[in-house]
Amino acid sequence: MSTEHSTADHGHGAKGHHPHILPLKVYMGVGSALFILTGVTVGTALFLNLGSVGNFVLAMIIATVKASLVALFFMHLLYDNKIYLTIFIGALVFLSIFILFTMADTERRGDIYPAQAIPIEHPTIYGLQPENNPISHASHGEEGAAHGGDESHGTDAGHDAADSDDHGETPAKADGH
Amino acid sequence: MDQSASADHSHGGHHPKLAHHFNDMQQQHESLKMGVWLFLVTEILLFGGLFCFYAIYRAMHPEMFVNAHEYLDVRMGGINTLVLIFSSVTVALAIRSVQQNKSKQAVTYLAITLVCACVFLVIKYFEYQAKFEHGLLPGKYFRNADVVGTDPQIFFSVYFGMTGLHGLHVIFGMVFLTFLLIQTHRGVYSSEYYTPVEMGGLYWHLVDLIWIYLFPLLYLIG
Repeated sequence: MSTEHSTADHGHGAKGHHPHILPLKVYMGVGSALFILTGVTVGTALFLNLGSVGNFVLAMIIATVKASLVALFFMHLLYDNKIYLTIFIGALVFLSIFILFTMADTERRGDIYPAQAIPIEHPTIYGLQPENNPISHASHGEEGAAHGGDESHGTDAGHDAADSDDHGETPAKADGH
Repeated sequence: MDQSASADHSHGGHHPKLAHHFNDMQQQHESLKMGVWLFLVTEILLFGGLFCFYAIYRAMHPEMFVNAHEYLDVRMGGINTLVLIFSSVTVALAIRSVQQNKSKQAVTYLAITLVCACVFLVIKYFEYQAKFEHGLLPGKYFRNADVVGTDPQIFFSVYFGMTGLHGLHVIFGMVFLTFLLIQTHRGVYSSEYYTPVEMGGLYWHLVDLIWIYLFPLLYLIG
């Protein structure tokens, strides 16, 4: 039975169908191209400076070329029924809408009400006051957080005892080694 | 019981793996394939949500992202990228072998793919271990005063969230590929019925696709 087909049509038999088999060279070629493009990505990121936006755009372009090669050849989208390609592109379209609309909002915060554009300065975790906050005390490590956990018992009115116990234990767990 | 490419079957003369609600193997193959593609869409949107999370916080803390990413090992990430690309080649070749009724060759390629996946996870283990040692942990577990920038724990939340979920997907993929390996070894698949192998291959290629985007976004910032 012939194993290499040059057409994109699948056989139409009631009992079986003839798979479309790509020549080995295609897989080797695409694989090599992917390896080379990976090298290009790393090389341009480490040694080429186009500014932060330029580098980002270039990295995304190279990643998209690689992804297209994988999708069109390894995942057979170039040769299969176009419905699969439509479904895949559809997913990418909706993902683009998702990210673009979200970023359009994120980038414009503070345009109308500047007071609300303040970045997070002291992350309040589970309502801990800044002096009891383990992240503000990152350089002190366990001691600050453990003592902070104990102290917050009396001062925070609506504060759960379970939360501060959790923070008392967690630093010891994280720095256990 | 004849499990290979023969079309003779006790009822109706169709392939033993043809489910009865399909007219023929061709239709079954196309339906299953469409199902897989729809599943891949859900996976793209799942990771898409995390990419959006990345986009928002990188826009809010651009310098911190650049500083924090220096703590990631580009060599390990790069090697992982090459390992996954290579595994994509071998899984595609495995499908090709099944299409040519070469089960033994297909088993070899699937085994190589699984080995590559293990290598990927081992390298990832060493990467994570290095992070744990330096206190570079996600969110509230972050314990490192050396990273310059506001709220560096956010970068590591992004890093662990995305690479961790990706790693879980690698493990799920390995489970399915192992199943395929066993079935291929038993001679269940042939040029007339190779659909499950192709489905596993499509999933694995998607896992590779996601890593192709994760690598530059996390390891090669600015």
